[in-house]
Amino acid sequence: MASQRDIRLRIGSVKNIKQITRAMQFVAASKLKRAQDATLASRPYSEKLDEVLADVAAVLGEDDHPLLGEREGGKRLIVLITTDRGLAGPLNTNTIRFASREITEHSGDQAVVTVGRKGQDAMRAARVPVAAHFAGFGDRPTFADVIPLARLITDDFLNGTYSRIDVVYNQFVSTLTQRPEMLRLLPIRPAKDTAGIPGHQFIFEPDPRTVLERLLPRYVATRLFQAVLEAKASEESSRMVAMKNATENAEDLIDDLTLSYNKVRQANITREMIEIASGANR
Amino acid sequence: MPIQLEIVTPERLAYSDTVDSVVLPGSEGELGVLPHHAPLVAMLGVGELRIRKGGSEESFAIAGGFLQVRPDKVVVMAETADLSSDIDLEKAQEARREAERAIEGGYHEGADLSAARAALQQALLRIRVAERRHREGPRRRG
Repeated sequence: MASQRDIRLRIGSVKNIKQITRAMQFVAASKLKRAQDATLASRPYSEKLDEVLADVAAVLGEDDHPLLGEREGGKRLIVLITTDRGLAGPLNTNTIRFASREITEHSGDQAVVTVGRKGQDAMRAARVPVAAHFAGFGDRPTFADVIPLARLITDDFLNGTYSRIDVVYNQFVSTLTQRPEMLRLLPIRPAKDTAGIPGHQFIFEPDPRTVLERLLPRYVATRLFQAVLEAKASEESSRMVAMKNATENAEDLIDDLTLSYNKVRQANITREMIEIASGANR
Repeated sequence: MPIQLEIVTPERLAYSDTVDSVVLPGSEGELGVLPHHAPLVAMLGVGELRIRKGGSEESFAIAGGFLQVRPDKVVVMAETADLSSDIDLEKAQEARREAERAIEGGYHEGADLSAARAALQQALLRIRVAERRHREGPRRRG
């Protein structure tokens, strides 16, 4: 049986761990609030952009811009969005498993671009070619952060390196649920023009084609930005839940250890009393 | 009849209210929108967006993006939109000096130069919008 001192030291170290996990839980909770607000705040823009795109697409055909054109064959690219830091529960494992399944099910040439260190490590270990890597975008991703990524993949799509680009990220459903999702980024399939008034009633200034040319790169960047924000909110909520569980486990462990500490202490006292009593009898 | 105006940027909903009229920097020149405007989709440039509401006027410094006018609603999708009273004049002037240095310093490498030019343009716009506000104060009309 462990000595009294050993148990006391273990209680001390578990208490330290509990302090850290609890602090991380609170930090994650406050970051989650911010990430959630940012995700919600970015939604109106992307909804409006969808709407305008649908209006323009109703006027123009599929052949009017290379970013809209479906192509046969060619390479496929997956943009994998994960976190930079660990201790976020099963989040990254789930995302990476989801992405790996996509990669193994798809036959033909493919590559990945990773956002976040965890995804890069996993893809390297799995020997999937990593075309580019972007370190995570910090706690507050800004729109400007995703523009280089958007430009890179748009250019690669336009020059024919890839014929299809998907994004794998974690969708933030609620604090308790995050779901790995795959989003088709390129070629763009505009939504049906159902909301508001039909596209052909609009006047386009200067003309539909010019508007479309400016709109599509924006659209790609906006979609990516949205995915990055969702992933960020998922990360913080998953970390918060994981750390809450860890704190509770630490508490249980402290209770157990305290119980055995008291038992050992009691046993020691009893033993000493027996020794004293048997000594006095002699 | 007032119009419903919304200004959205990728990061937030910057403005949402009913207004009397709005003047925007279109890519082809300034553009005014009054009630009953025909449905329109237009590209925006860098410039000042002025909102008239009741007797008062508000302005935003906006950069790039799109405008959608529908019978019931005007939606501005800008890359950035700063309310004139939120602009920090000193910061804008600092940004201007920095951009000018970058241009003079000879980063003549295509991308960097155009980025610096864009930054300069934006800084100048912010200064203009903010200074106008300082000069005139919030405008009131009888």
